[in-house]
Amino acid sequence: MSEEDVTIVKTTTWSAGPGCHGNCGVLAHVRDGKVIKVEGDPEHPWNQGRVCPRLLAMPQYMYHPDRLQFPQKRVGKRGENKWERISWDEAYDLIEKRMNEIKAEHGPESMVFLQGTGRDIGGWISMLAYAYGSPNWVFGLSGISCYTPRLMVMWLTQGDFCVGDAAQWHTKRYDDPDYKIPESITMWGQNLPASCPDGFFSHWYVDLMKKGSELVVIDPRCTWLASRAKIWLQIRPGTDGALALAYLNVIINEKLYDEGYVQKWTNAHHLVRVDGVKPLLLRESDLRAGGSASNFVVWDQTADAPAVWLSDQQAYDRENVAPAFDDEYDVLLTDGTRVNCKTVWRMFRERVAPYTPEKAEEITWAPARDIAAAARMYAKSKPAILHWGLPIDTIQTTVPTAQAINHLWCLTGNLDNPGGNVIARYPNSVVTYPYNSGGGVMSLSPEMHAKRIGTWKYPALRDFRAWAHPDIMLEQVFSEDPYPVKGMWIQTANPLACTGLDPAKWLAAMEKLDFTVCVDLFMTPTAMMADLVLPAATFLEKDSLKGWWVPLQAIKKVVTVGECKSDIEINMEMARRFNPEFPWKKPQEMFDTILKNADAGMTYQELCDKTWVLPEKGHPSAPYFRYEKGLLREDGKPGFKTPSGKIELFSSWLEKWELDPLPFYEEPPYSPVSTPDLYKEYPLILTTGRRSVASYHSEHRQVPWLREIDPDAILEIHPQTARELDICHGETVWIENQFGKCKRVAAVTPAIHPKVVMAPHGWWMPEQEGSSPHLFGIWDVNINQLIPMDHHGASGLGCLAKSILCKVYKMEGK
Amino acid sequence: MSENGILVDYTYCTGCSACEVACKQEYGRKAGAVGGVKVMELMHELPGGKLDITYYPVFTKVCSLCAPRVKKGLKPACVIHCMANVLTYGPAEELASISFKKRKSVLWKGGE
Ligand code: SF4
Ligand code: SF4
Ligand code: SF4
Repeated sequence: MSEEDVTIVKTTTWSAGPGCHGNCGVLAHVRDGKVIKVEGDPEHPWNQGRVCPRLLAMPQYMYHPDRLQFPQKRVGKRGENKWERISWDEAYDLIEKRMNEIKAEHGPESMVFLQGTGRDIGGWISMLAYAYGSPNWVFGLSGISCYTPRLMVMWLTQGDFCVGDAAQWHTKRYDDPDYKIPESITMWGQNLPASCPDGFFSHWYVDLMKKGSELVVIDPRCTWLASRAKIWLQIRPGTDGALALAYLNVIINEKLYDEGYVQKWTNAHHLVRVDGVKPLLLRESDLRAGGSASNFVVWDQTADAPAVWLSDQQAYDRENVAPAFDDEYDVLLTDGTRVNCKTVWRMFRERVAPYTPEKAEEITWAPARDIAAAARMYAKSKPAILHWGLPIDTIQTTVPTAQAINHLWCLTGNLDNPGGNVIARYPNSVVTYPYNSGGGVMSLSPEMHAKRIGTWKYPALRDFRAWAHPDIMLEQVFSEDPYPVKGMWIQTANPLACTGLDPAKWLAAMEKLDFTVCVDLFMTPTAMMADLVLPAATFLEKDSLKGWWVPLQAIKKVVTVGECKSDIEINMEMARRFNPEFPWKKPQEMFDTILKNADAGMTYQELCDKTWVLPEKGHPSAPYFRYEKGLLREDGKPGFKTPSGKIELFSSWLEKWELDPLPFYEEPPYSPVSTPDLYKEYPLILTTGRRSVASYHSEHRQVPWLREIDPDAILEIHPQTARELDICHGETVWIENQFGKCKRVAAVTPAIHPKVVMAPHGWWMPEQEGSSPHLFGIWDVNINQLIPMDHHGASGLGCLAKSILCKVYKMEGK
Repeated sequence: MSENGILVDYTYCTGCSACEVACKQEYGRKAGAVGGVKVMELMHELPGGKLDITYYPVFTKVCSLCAPRVKKGLKPACVIHCMANVLTYGPAEELASISFKKRKSVLWKGGE
């Protein structure tokens, strides 16, 4: 066949395929309706032609002999691997019938909608849940421990989300005249290049290294990046909070913070009453009858009296207020009592005071000298990027840890500045969620909202995002309290091999449910247990759009494989069946509405013609310094989109949720310090979740070009530890703790700390027997058997995936 | 016509394996069979205890320097996809002079 028969289509990625959250520009080479090759698009500013091995393996992924290609219905027992091929119409009819039965008998809330990591799915699965009438949209990782905690902390601290600025907002990238190369990059818990799928393009940071950015790497493992860093802090997994507090301690004690910035933009001056059990922000309503609880109070040194900060006006209630910064006062309240109040800055300073670098060394195992040097390097670099990874989410104290780290860029003014941490907003304000839980034609009633699982226990869930709580949901399958969970729609998720901690509990839940649907591209262990399996499309087989964070771009359908359909088409068809008022017939119509509602100035077809669009300078979704220009708040005043309009070092949201409003550190619940007796029996710290270039989560294990790069489910163990345990490289060993055990191939490497072992997650063996009870070998290799559910911070967020105890021993003889 | 080659600036090779899979895809090479390039890892302890990790993309005898692509005016598949931009294709003599200025690099000219 000649070259002329090949058409090249310009498109962009967003799962399924490379599996990532990324935005790579792609050239798909198509011949006879088949993708024969995939290349990076050199003209796309995101990747400039470069792409990862998972993208380059797309043809093997798409045309894999195991790829699901038509709907199938279970005919044997659950998990028996006996299926009957059915048509899409039969599948839709069956689902409609069964889900309507559940609705009629138990109410729509008894059906839950489960997704995995949030790629091209959130908008479409929530759309289906709400069209059906259920508030229970769930992400299955215990404690919603993936980005949600960090997002929540960023939102409550500065009202917006921030990411490292690698010039991704500019067409000319690093050459844009507004951009500055960061003097330093602090890489907190992420292993580039393997973590490209976690967000953004990993090798931007390599570009910046070449342009002179110095590195600090915080990682329990010596990665390539760590070996290239000026300072590498090899911390004990799960102690990031203590390290962040020590950074703050050094920065405050050595006055390395930007005082002008802190005074101008944070709530450092606001008074906190410390007379009660919990410190509380002083409000105007405490001072004056009829005063507003949304207004805060400072001590005006000019008048030597309190003054009120009017949050809605972003001004004091009088002229020439000189607010005290680091002090305490007795303040007379409206009820005649006098209470001791401290400024936020003083409270904050006192909170971080105990965390000297020496104290942090005791906790984290990283040398005090290096901790202090790293903190200085971060604070003195202008500008500096702080890039953080998933380990901040997958620990029990995720919220206070994320808060302490977030405060670092707020204290140093590395916020929305070129080459710092910039505010990331939906590009051109295009939000690819057709419905949120509160709006649109499919809005749920307040009574139905109140049934969202877990909101009764964790108030943070009510105010931030629309997730139901995964651990409470799973428990509710068994307890049926306060109402039964009877059905599960599972899409882009593989809880039995990946997102589910304590996979036996997830299996028992799937067995107990009345009805389960799994939408996936391959027969996974989870799909094997479902009643109905629907074949989903890769990104080259669907039309979609993406706006997270930039650019705004189109994902174009290039080919069709078998009878596979996109998640959007599937969910739209079901949404139409469940809700007669559902307004669209085709995805493109919905995309047009989404673009129109955002005033994006283009139709979906026009977006497809452009492929990608960056917001113009001056748009609220384009950097820099938007808080100075009044581009962040709805009222157009300078400041932030927080309750006080300030960066909230002491958080009014956390106070409202009855959580500690200041960052703090707490030991992981199973650790040498918390459980010294257990530590004698389980003398190693087990950490999980490190990334591989060859796979993302539980995907890609069946793709030959990728599997050959990373063939085994391994356990990384230090040579000294391996020697003591008489373990050789390549030998299969047991890992065990009080919760369970699994088998792994020992990978003996000096990259890991002698007291820590790392077990990558998401393993299953697609080449092994799939039927139950084997389920593709998950009971051998799934590390989540050692990690329980239900271990969160007081916020309801966080889990134990990064830090728990275990022992490792040889297979034979035990 | 002067000889061409690939210059590897291995200071920044991250071991991402994109070059390996790019070559496999381009030439439909089987998994398990040798490809045009293989990335090797060297991890060793430096005096003082610091670990050094360096990746070296090593070109094999199977590598044709992408003759079929070059004929069409395209750059080699591994070169355009390299995530760290550490591979440069061009006239070997030019590359040699660039290499001379770098601390760490390897020049590959292919052939026997
Ligand atoms: S993982 Fe990274 S390189 Fe691969 S497609 Fe996604 S953004 Fe691009
Ligand atoms: S130059 Fe071409 S043939 Fe050689 S390794 Fe690179 S992709 Fe393979
Ligand atoms: S693609 Fe480039 S950075 Fe990645 S392993 Fe190959 S040579 Fe190294």
